[in-house]
Amino acid sequence: MEIAHKDSAALLRRLNPGDWLYALALAGGALFALRQYGGFMDIYDKAILLFTVPGLAAMGFAWKPFRVFLAAATALALASIALYQGDLARAEQVFFLKYLISSQTAIMWMSALFFIATGAFLLGLAARSDFADATGSALTWCAVTMGTTGLMVRWYESYLIGTDVGHIPLSNLYEVFVLFALMTGLLYLYYEGRYATRRMGAFVLLVISAAVAFLLWYTFSREAQEIQPLIPALQSYWMKVHVPANFIGYGAFALAAMVGVADLMVRKGILASRLPPAEVLDDVMYKAIAIGFAFFTIATILGALWAAEAWGTYWQWDPKETWAFIVWLNYATWLHIRLTKGLRGPMLAWWAIVGLVVTAFAFVGVNMFLSGLHSYGSL
Amino acid sequence: MRHRSTSRALYELLSSMRFAISLLTLLGVASIIGTVVKQNEPYNNYLNQFGPFWFPIFEKLGLYSVYNSFWFLTILGFLVLSTSACIVRQARPMVKDMKGFREHARESSLASFAHQARLPVSRPAAEARAATLAYLTANGFTTRENTREDSVLLAAKQGSWTRVGYFLAHGAIVLICIGGLLDGNLPLKIQMALGGKQLTTGNQLIAQIPPESRLGVDNWSFRGNVFIPEGKSANTAVLNVQDGILLQDLPFTVSLRKFHLEHYESGMPKRFASDILITDNASGKSVEKTIEVNKPFEFAGVMMYQASFEDGGSRLRLLGHDLRGGSRPPFPAEAVVGEAVALKEAGLDYTLELGSFRAFNIENMAVDKPEAEAGSLARLDKHLGSGARSPADKDMQNVGPSIQYKLRDSAGQAREYQNFMQPILQDGAWYLLTGMRNDPSAPFRFMRIPMDDDGRPDSWFAIRRVLLDTARHPEIARRFTATALGAEAGPEVLGRMQETTARTLELFAKGGFESLGKFIESTIPEAERDKAADVFIKILEGSAWEAWKMARTDAGQPAIAPAAQHARLLRDTLNATNDSLHYGAPVYFQPTGFDEVRATVLQVTRSPGKPIVYLGSLFLVLGVFAMLYIRERRLFVLIKDSGEALVALSSNRKSMDVDESFRRHRDALATLLNPAPRP
Repeated sequence: MEIAHKDSAALLRRLNPGDWLYALALAGGALFALRQYGGFMDIYDKAILLFTVPGLAAMGFAWKPFRVFLAAATALALASIALYQGDLARAEQVFFLKYLISSQTAIMWMSALFFIATGAFLLGLAARSDFADATGSALTWCAVTMGTTGLMVRWYESYLIGTDVGHIPLSNLYEVFVLFALMTGLLYLYYEGRYATRRMGAFVLLVISAAVAFLLWYTFSREAQEIQPLIPALQSYWMKVHVPANFIGYGAFALAAMVGVADLMVRKGILASRLPPAEVLDDVMYKAIAIGFAFFTIATILGALWAAEAWGTYWQWDPKETWAFIVWLNYATWLHIRLTKGLRGPMLAWWAIVGLVVTAFAFVGVNMFLSGLHSYGSL
Repeated sequence: MRHRSTSRALYELLSSMRFAISLLTLLGVASIIGTVVKQNEPYNNYLNQFGPFWFPIFEKLGLYSVYNSFWFLTILGFLVLSTSACIVRQARPMVKDMKGFREHARESSLASFAHQARLPVSRPAAEARAATLAYLTANGFTTRENTREDSVLLAAKQGSWTRVGYFLAHGAIVLICIGGLLDGNLPLKIQMALGGKQLTTGNQLIAQIPPESRLGVDNWSFRGNVFIPEGKSANTAVLNVQDGILLQDLPFTVSLRKFHLEHYESGMPKRFASDILITDNASGKSVEKTIEVNKPFEFAGVMMYQASFEDGGSRLRLLGHDLRGGSRPPFPAEAVVGEAVALKEAGLDYTLELGSFRAFNIENMAVDKPEAEAGSLARLDKHLGSGARSPADKDMQNVGPSIQYKLRDSAGQAREYQNFMQPILQDGAWYLLTGMRNDPSAPFRFMRIPMDDDGRPDSWFAIRRVLLDTARHPEIARRFTATALGAEAGPEVLGRMQETTARTLELFAKGGFESLGKFIESTIPEAERDKAADVFIKILEGSAWEAWKMARTDAGQPAIAPAAQHARLLRDTLNATNDSLHYGAPVYFQPTGFDEVRATVLQVTRSPGKPIVYLGSLFLVLGVFAMLYIRERRLFVLIKDSGEALVALSSNRKSMDVDESFRRHRDALATLLNPAPRP
């Protein structure tokens, strides 16, 4: 993702009417939300909402398809809200809610679409079929749209349960797994467009499918999908920034590891003719780790600021904090070796894969095997 | 000279990338230890976990407080040293590099760049120079010119700020580590080592704690807890250090007006808040404030956080039901949470230790429906719709207050009990629940005391008393036999039946169903056991009915008629009586009333390092983004009078972006310097 543009004036010149319309819609939406629901927000919530506008606008300006995606997800979410008419029971009665755009259904659609997309990408790789790849790509777009719709509607549904229950759906393991799938999917779609190759899809979608498989197991055997109210420690605006930043990090690290797998295969000559050259894969891996590291740094710092407010200490070596630190150290070392030492080659790919194992432990393993303050989802 | 070279070598080592990477790896591995061994637990837990051999070894290694241990702090110290050395080492060349344009670069060296191209120039040299300069400026480069004999070199650069990112990010690590050290327990350790402060044990009155275990109000770095019951105040914090405590005097006094504890319908905690009054010791000024989770408050440089809450000494009124034989009436008792009461007065050689009180308990009373035998499609269907739990699956109800207490006998052995104050509806009938366990980690096993027609447990106590009284067994047997066999039965049959009944009652009174079971197993052939068991149950139920009637006569109550709910009560009575034989205590305490007193636990801290850490964090973010996303590019355009230009590009990084930007600039300059002839 291009953070620093060499010439921002040139960027602004490149904006088309669609961009301006998009930005206007974002601003309008934010103002409407402020006017309508400002009473539920504190000053920080409002600030976060307002900063979201330029943030999402910049995303859309730099990456045009993102605008369509966001517009579609928003339209679906609004349609869902309109169908609800403020009555939770209508989720069971209205056909389109029950089978399309209530939160659970939308997330089920997301899961199904991710699985089919994975299949399409695998087929594309096996048969060198550009059509299958294009299908996989389109399905991935649909999946992230449905998933985003699902989370937005879930946010709304939580307020229908009770105004004291309502909260942004980023509060437990179930919700963040959806977020993880979405973030990884979106990051993949970005790199797919930027590097004009769809052949990494088969690899990246595998890790998303694994996450979705876990999500389904978590739903069917643990009923984890039920919206739960927030315990006092989680009732804070910090959740809105800490969690998404973290999952940009996790998503990017996961993507980097899967691209690393592809990179290793190409270097060994496996599927080499069907995959992008090793330099491209290496570059994607670096870009992903760089963006992941930057956001993971922010997320960890935001987490520390939040911890200072909720627990009275910005850092207390809680298992989650410690493992976040280990993840951070790991990628800090990776970047040092690549950027300063100038190392290239299979070792970095292997390292990125090991990095995913470490990240996965920090993400899920800590909740499973270690106990601590930061245990918001148990298995 | 020799000394100088050694320190030089040390500096080289410290500032080397290899050393830094080794440190980062070491730090990562060391950090894992603290997540495997639970940190800062009471020392007894470690002793139990590791045994007497390993416990002291691990203690020496600092494994119970890894992140404050000497060796961990040493690694961190080396990280600070290494990073600092790295910054110092890089400072001069980097600043020079940032400032310099390298406008004296020779053609031959430019020609050896990885990215370089020779372009034909068709425009006059001066014009080409001006056009190139304009192009470079438009693309965000700053340029310096160097005019040579037969050429001019435009040395341009952009993105030098990435170097500032380096200093920010690495300086940030040093700042964060220093700030963290100030807020860690190093200042405390120094005070203990140099200031003569000593740990003391936690189980004594605050007033008795000697001055060498108290820290003064001028202490600038501490973290402790203040415990304040409602209506009380406190002006000292307790610092838990290793296996002891220190007291921290606070410059103010905190009084707790009220502690708010709110729950969601599901029983999940919703809000913890303390209404407090803070009075400054020096000025006497007071501030009222509500502190809640995520909403701390700062006073006199001390931050106060809602950390937890406890019982502040709630007073319980209890009714003690004697479970031994005889006709002792229930006796009233009072107990305070956290205190022990001797039960001598009630004639019991036991101590009642009231551990905790809960004003309400929210339970899911929905009957568990067996998972529908439907196919997977129906299961999927069940998971579609909203994320809200379907209301059919839950019936959250407050089942009322409960207490937890230990009964300790004269030998020091204790059993733990959990008793509910109100009857609870289970399987269609109301029961008083009392749970018992021998092992604090085991779940409670509950005895269900059935409620009678008046909604009271009295009938059970009365029936039980008669049923377990061996002196009355012959009378029960006589009455039961008479009712069961009728008048026409011969005396021999009657006698045998009476004997069997008395025997059954005796066995039941001794060990409940278990004794009966053993008796059946030892005397009756296997094939007939089930039938025999049914007979024994019938005898017991009939006897219980007679016992009930006898108990009512004893108490001067009117007779009762058989009814379905009475049959059920008798069955429940037998079950509860059986359980009561394994209850392990001679008395059951029924809570009858309470005055709840809550206490808040506030965490109080002075953390002088916090601003430093926050500043470091800001630097870190800025630095990381600057290093990763500001791209340094140096573009050299050597325009030669001979009608040729040499374009060369260099960057501090090697990446595909560099290749791409070189291609872009090269192609743009090629058209610029050699415009296509106009048609």
